[in-house]
Amino acid sequence: MPVIKVKRPPLATGEKFYLGAVFKGFIITLRHAIDSMRGKTRGAKDLASSGLGATMQFPEQRWDDHMPEYYRGAPALVTDEQGRERCVSCQLCEFICPPKAIKIEPGEIPSDDPWAKVEKRPKEFDIDMTRCIYCGMCEEVCPEQAIYLRKDYLITGGTRAEMIHDKKKLYEIGGVRVGLVNKWNELK
Amino acid sequence: MSDPASTAEARLPKDIAAEKGMVNVQIDGVWRQVPKGTRMIEACRMFAVEVPHYCYHPKLSSPGNCRMCLVQMGMPPRPAPGQEPVRDENGYESIGWMPRPVIACANTVGENMGIRTTGELVEKCREGVMEFLLINHPLDCPICDQAGECRLQEHSVGHGRGQSRFVDMKVKKPKNVDIGPRIRLDDERCIMCSRCIRFMDEVAGDPVLGFTQRGTYTTLTVHPGRKLDSNYSLNTADICPVGALTSNDFRFQMRVWFLKETKTIDVNCGTGANIVVWTRGNKIHRITPRQNDEVNSCWMPDSHRLNFHYIDSDHRLTEPLVKKDGRHHAASWTDALAAVRAGLDRFSAAETAIIASARMTNEELHLTMELAEARGIEEITTVPRSGESDGILISADRNPNTTGARLVWRREDPSFRLAGILDGVRSGKIKALLVLGEDLTEAGFTADDLAKLDFIASTQLLAGPTAEASDVVLPGAAFAEKRGSMVNVTGRLQRLNRAVEPQGQSRDDWEILRDLAGRKEPHLIEDVFKSMAAKVPEFEGLNLSKIGDLGKAVVETGVTIPLLENERARKAAGQIVG
Repeated sequence: MPVIKVKRPPLATGEKFYLGAVFKGFIITLRHAIDSMRGKTRGAKDLASSGLGATMQFPEQRWDDHMPEYYRGAPALVTDEQGRERCVSCQLCEFICPPKAIKIEPGEIPSDDPWAKVEKRPKEFDIDMTRCIYCGMCEEVCPEQAIYLRKDYLITGGTRAEMIHDKKKLYEIGGVRVGLVNKWNELK
Repeated sequence: MSDPASTAEARLPKDIAAEKGMVNVQIDGVWRQVPKGTRMIEACRMFAVEVPHYCYHPKLSSPGNCRMCLVQMGMPPRPAPGQEPVRDENGYESIGWMPRPVIACANTVGENMGIRTTGELVEKCREGVMEFLLINHPLDCPICDQAGECRLQEHSVGHGRGQSRFVDMKVKKPKNVDIGPRIRLDDERCIMCSRCIRFMDEVAGDPVLGFTQRGTYTTLTVHPGRKLDSNYSLNTADICPVGALTSNDFRFQMRVWFLKETKTIDVNCGTGANIVVWTRGNKIHRITPRQNDEVNSCWMPDSHRLNFHYIDSDHRLTEPLVKKDGRHHAASWTDALAAVRAGLDRFSAAETAIIASARMTNEELHLTMELAEARGIEEITTVPRSGESDGILISADRNPNTTGARLVWRREDPSFRLAGILDGVRSGKIKALLVLGEDLTEAGFTADDLAKLDFIASTQLLAGPTAEASDVVLPGAAFAEKRGSMVNVTGRLQRLNRAVEPQGQSRDDWEILRDLAGRKEPHLIEDVFKSMAAKVPEFEGLNLSKIGDLGKAVVETGVTIPLLENERARKAAGQIVG
């Protein structure tokens, strides 16, 4: 392997003492201190709370209102306006999931169900949130518009078992989503 | 030199090929020699040129109804009277390409024929066929079990246009139809290739399927008042290029792209059908037949295919058990093996018998014989298990390895001592039994007979009367959990491969036998085969890897498989490609 020796640029006399740089830092800090006293820092209004505004007072204050549109939080399953669970357990998300966080047990929809023509839905749908990396691949790969990354970011639990979101929990987070393609509806 | 016939060395390629019964065919611009009478699609396949198709199956007749295998064909133009054909410097005539395509599946090759599987004409044809097939095809892929191994999916990626131009309503057809105990039909997904109809008619000999209606309303149905209940019905799900016919047993169990394939053999009868075991993790999800033209062609019976659920059922034994005060207690392998050895040591060799099984592999039978010889035990037998042959694939011998037992034990009938052992048990002459994988109640032993014995040790897969009566139970491995070899009824040595790990603490049977003999060696099953091959002349020069996926014929038994006879007759009659 060829080795290239890089020569450091020689320091000027002033730089060798670096006292100037230290003072520069002091001045920047001082400027921010004065700004925050005057209530001029960035986000001062949004984050206004018991403090001076520069720091969010978590958990009394939450990120919820400050989330950008594209924020990727916890993945969740959704139902549509007809109350149908969108997921048909095709297991593409399970396949694509890079950290293998998703585990699906497919099941058949009984023939007396109003959505019996869909034939298939998940019996179990577990997402291990200790594994999930919030990449959003599951949402991207889903052919049925059934899984979405929501804005939930506070995924905590006292045990590993608590960190596994089961089907019930996933639908709870996901809620109802309207305006999706309803390809399973009976055509008129 | 201008006249090619004037010199001996300048012979024409057509004559050179004709001497070997071949013809010259130009496939995608390259001249090839192909046996005369070969179908164009097979000629292409010989040289790794894949022609997409749906309805064509080499083991079935070729009605040519899917039109997917259209290729461009050309023959040399017919010379005018008195005119010599024009040849290029290699002696081939120039090809006059036909302006319309032909199907490659039902046409045979001819001398100096040209086949083009690419080009504008062919590609446009395929695109057109794909578009027509997809007009009424539902968007079921997310719920369809065939997804991932669906020809329509594959070809629509390869030859489809990606978007539908069809604006009308799709034709509605029956979905989720119960046409048989093991098969589910979805008529909307059907592309009318008629493979299933031909299979039921030509191979299974139970023509219950057929088309009704016409045009886009063509519907696959089962004959009124009948069900698709043949013991070969699941093969129709295998050959269905789309998800119209799917297996009830595998329905919604697992998507195929998660499954790992292991090539092994079926052990439900003496035929030893070649199979693929599909697993995910340590669970078997399905079994499908694997093509072997010397054993099972492309098919297998449903009864054998579905006989794998016991492997991880509740009845499966997963721990060594030692009986104390009339109850079984879980024990360690060391203790259980020591208990068997101590138990057998209490009795003389004449008081002991070994009942092995012709369901064991050659290697296990070999180690069993060595164990018997080391202990001086004379009474060693297998249990015969016969039924009726179904005239297709199921052999009358329901033991998969009777021929193997014959070869390895050097006995004409490996089970001839069974009656003697039963008498010995009843008369009290035999006091200890080592049972390997058999349930003795199936072999004619009653509960009273078993109660008479002072000591029974058995290797068992499942809980049952023999396991119940045993003083020590050693959990063995199921067929999909072990490696080894078996010889089928026709004398073909075939190989078992491990698809899943043995459940719980259960162990490969050959290891149990080795440990029972108190030996440390051999460490590998390859070494067991080697020591066996030294004693069995039929296995000379072979090892497990040399057996290969398709097996090796090692002995003539004179037994034939009816399905293969039928297939050969149809091939000779030119009905199928074979």
